[in-house]
Order: sequence, then C-alpha cells, then structure tokens
Amino acid sequence: MNTAENIAENIEDTNMHKIIPFPSPLRIHEDKTLRNNSPVGYRIFKDKLFKCLVIILSILSFLPLLLVLFHITKNGISVINWGFLTELPLPIGEKGGGVFNSIIGSLILIILSSIISIPLGISAGIYLAEKNKGRIANIINLCIVVLQGTPSIVIGIITYIWVVAPLGGFSALSGGIALSIMMLPVIIKSTEETLKLIPYHLKEASLALGVPYYKTILKVILPTGLSGILTGILLSVARITGETAPLLFTAFGNQFLNYNILKPIDSLPYRIFYYAMSPYPEWHTFAWGASFILVMIVLSFNLIARGISAKWKVQF
Amino acid sequence: MESPILSVENFSAFFGENQILRDISINTSPNKVTALMGPSGCGKTTLIRCINRMHELIPGARVSGKIYLKKQDIYMMEPIVLRRKIGMVFQKPNPFPMMSIYDNVIAGYKLNGIKLKKDESDSIVERSLRNAALWNEVKDSLHRKGTFLSGGQQQRLCIARALAMNPEILLLDEPTSALDPKSTAHIEELIVELKQNVTMLLVTHNIAQAARVSDFTAFIYLGELIEFGPTEKMFTVPKDKRTEEYLTGKFG
Repeated sequence: MNTAENIAENIEDTNMHKIIPFPSPLRIHEDKTLRNNSPVGYRIFKDKLFKCLVIILSILSFLPLLLVLFHITKNGISVINWGFLTELPLPIGEKGGGVFNSIIGSLILIILSSIISIPLGISAGIYLAEKNKGRIANIINLCIVVLQGTPSIVIGIITYIWVVAPLGGFSALSGGIALSIMMLPVIIKSTEETLKLIPYHLKEASLALGVPYYKTILKVILPTGLSGILTGILLSVARITGETAPLLFTAFGNQFLNYNILKPIDSLPYRIFYYAMSPYPEWHTFAWGASFILVMIVLSFNLIARGISAKWKVQF
Repeated sequence: MESPILSVENFSAFFGENQILRDISINTSPNKVTALMGPSGCGKTTLIRCINRMHELIPGARVSGKIYLKKQDIYMMEPIVLRRKIGMVFQKPNPFPMMSIYDNVIAGYKLNGIKLKKDESDSIVERSLRNAALWNEVKDSLHRKGTFLSGGQQQRLCIARALAMNPEILLLDEPTSALDPKSTAHIEELIVELKQNVTMLLVTHNIAQAARVSDFTAFIYLGELIEFGPTEKMFTVPKDKRTEEYLTGKFG
C-alpha cells in the first residue's frame, strides 16, 4: 500500500469531520445590512417612526370624541339648571322651560322596549348557546345578522305599518316596540357569547346532582353569566337611547308631559331634532342642552356596564 | 356475599357506530371501594357516566345490558331521581362559582327546590364538610365564595356536595388527576375514611392509587373487562396476562 495515498486519505477524513462553520444569524444580519446599505441607526429610526405614527394615529382617532364632548358641553352646559330638567317646554318667546317631558318620555320608552326585548332576547340567546348546531339555530343566527344591519328608519316604517296603523295613532307603545326590535340582536348575541364561555363542567355538576335541565339553566347557568348578560342589556339600552329615526314614525313626540303609553310621547333625541330644526336661536341652545343630557345618560349607561362586567365577573 | 349496591350486567355502550364498552359485568360490595383502572380511552369514564346516565347528554349514545342500583333497573328510573341517589365527583373540581361554600354544599337541595329549615341545613353542611375533611379549614369562611379555595379543597368541597345528598354510591371520576401530590394524598386518605359510610366506585388511570385505596379492582382494556377481583389478589397474582403486563408497565 502506498503510504502517501494513505496520508492523503487521512487528511480527507479529518477534513470531513471538521466542523463546517455555520452562518450564524448574526452574520446573516450583517450581510443584509451591508446589502441594503442601511446602518443600524437607520433601522432604529424606522422603529421609532413607526411607534410615533401609531401613537399619533390613535390620538387622532380619540380626538373627535373629545371635540364632540367639548362642543356639547360648551354649548349645552349654560342652559342646564334645575328648571331645564324639571319643567315642560314653553312656547317660543317665553323665558325658561325645560325638557322634563322628553326625559320622562325617553325613560318610558327604554322601560317599554326593555320589557319587550329582554325576555325574548335572553331566551333566544339561551337557545343559541345550548343548540348552536342545527338548522333552526342557523336560521336564527342569519336573522340576527340581517336584523342588526337593518337601517333604523326601516324598522320605524315597519312598526308604523304593524302597530301604529292598526292602533289608529302614534303611541309610546309603538315606539317601545320599534326600539325593542333594535335591542334584540345585541341582547341575543351578548347572551349567547356569555353563556358559551361558561364551562361545560358546571352544567354537568348541576345535572349530576339530579337537578332538572330547566332548573340547571335558570339557577346555575344564567346566574353565572349574569354580569355578561347585564352588560349586553345596558349596551343595547345605551344604543337605543339615542335613536331618533324609528321614533319619528312611532312615538312621534309630544310637547306635553304624558304617562299614557297609548298616546304619543316625547323623547330626548326627538326633542333635539325638533329644536335644532327650528329657526329660533333660543331653541338651538335648548337642543345643545338636551344633547348634553342625552350624552351624559348614554355615557353613564356605558360606564355602569363596564363597572358591572368588571365587578361581578365570575371566576371559574 | 352481601347483596351488591350496584351491579352491572352484560353492559355495552355505543356512541353512534363505535362500541365503547363490551359486555361488562361488575358488582360493587357495600362500604367498599371498587377501582376501575385501565389506560386512557379504554372506556372507564364512559362506564361511570352510564351509571348515573350522564352519557345520555351526548347525542348518539345508546346502551345495552342492565345496571341495577339496589336491585332497581336504573334505565327504568327517571334520570333526575337516579342522579340524586348517585353522587358524582368529576376530574376537574367544579364548585358553583356564584355560590358560597355553604350554598355549594347544600346545592343539591337548593337547586332541586327542596326546602330545608335553617338548623337542618346547618347540620347537613357541617356533617358533609366534616365527612369530606374540610370542616376545620373552612368553618370560619362558610359564606365566602367556593372558588377562593385551593384546587384540592375545591375537590373536597365537591365531595361534600355529593355526600350532602346521602348517595347510595359515590362515583369518583379520576378525582385527583387535576391535583398536586399533596392534595392527592389528602383525597386518598379521605376515600379510605369515607368507606365506613358510603360505597364508592373510583375511576383512575393511576395503578398505584388503585392499589392504595381500593378493595376491589376491575381492569378494563379497549372496552373489555379483562379482570375483576379483590385488589390484593389482582396485584399479587393476576390471572390474565394483559393485567400482569399492565401492572408491570409494559403497556398503557
């Protein structure tokens, strides 16, 4: 055997076992920066630029809300006093007067629509959460999506045809029905989502104690999901409190105080609309004042909803 | 032999087309712990759920064969009545989160609308918590939420809740699989103590646990009952080769 060949073979062998340097991530990094001709400082700058952009854009999206609140407060706060909250509107030219009838009207409308929509909405939500596969559940889901997308003015017209025309006149009841149709999809969806989050083993625990199905739902599942359901209800109330369009055809508006649900009734959004469309500057300020009250009511509903969902949150 | 509390005769269970359990026959003696052991997916949990008819909640489930609770065919009873007679403790501790410890213990009465006088419910709560070895730890915080307790305490609370109904038999579905070793030891001690008062059927995939706490053991493999007998006998001289292989850790 040739020794030289042997040696050569040996050298090859050692070469084969030698660790080939693997391109480290750092290296690749450096190569790239060299190729792009961009020093590290430039990339840090890009990073900072992006951060600044995000912050500026988020402040910009927040700005309209602040401006709206500022404007309403600036124009509205001057007319707010005890009389504005507790007196009825006066004819143009007379000093004073308030929007008491609208506040009461809005409250009556909220109560009416809640009475109609809460039981229906929670029942439908329970059904969807319990039987989320199946034809009927699919159809209901589709209906909810369509209902949620239906313009409020259309709901107003439909309610006019269904309720106002047969009853022979505008009424608080018809307004409540129109608003309850708007509340339904929100309540159904929030109930469904809340109940779906409740672990299955809680239901099992109740059933294993021999508790019938309906009592399990009413006494275990619903109380556990109460905070989520209440939050959904309050958010839907906040939504309909500011609705004007469906009320134009149904509750209509009333410059006198009215507690009869079969008579036309006033509401804050309607009063704002009515005053803002008038040619009188005093009424314009009244519109601002009513707007301020309306915004405060909606805001407080939202804050209460947040408080409830934070405080009553059930830990599993 | 004393007449069994629960006897399972030629019992099979199906989910749709799949047969989960094949021709199982087991008797449980009064005041003894019977362990069902076997590898995951062998059907032991299915069997225990068939006993209090919880499997019926899953669509497509059907069974054949008979199960008798004190000579009564359970498939002729109303599930609601049956489940009040059979206590069940689940893998994961599941106290009711919106109820206090006190209300959790008497939940079986409260949720079923059974009215109790104050002193009656007080004594039921105390007795059940004492039986579940939880009384000393919670007696000062009975009106706090049950979810503030540790995992092991929650599981003992669930046992107390089941005991409060005075069940004929207590089904334990891997009660320690979600707990740490210390809580597990605690629950095992409790099971041994509880034997004096109640018959238990324990599902476990932990061989050592079956050896430690049970009087009788049934080994289930792939839906079949391979062997059933006194624990001591089975762990020392298993009759079936598969039991021996399982006990020595060759499979499962």
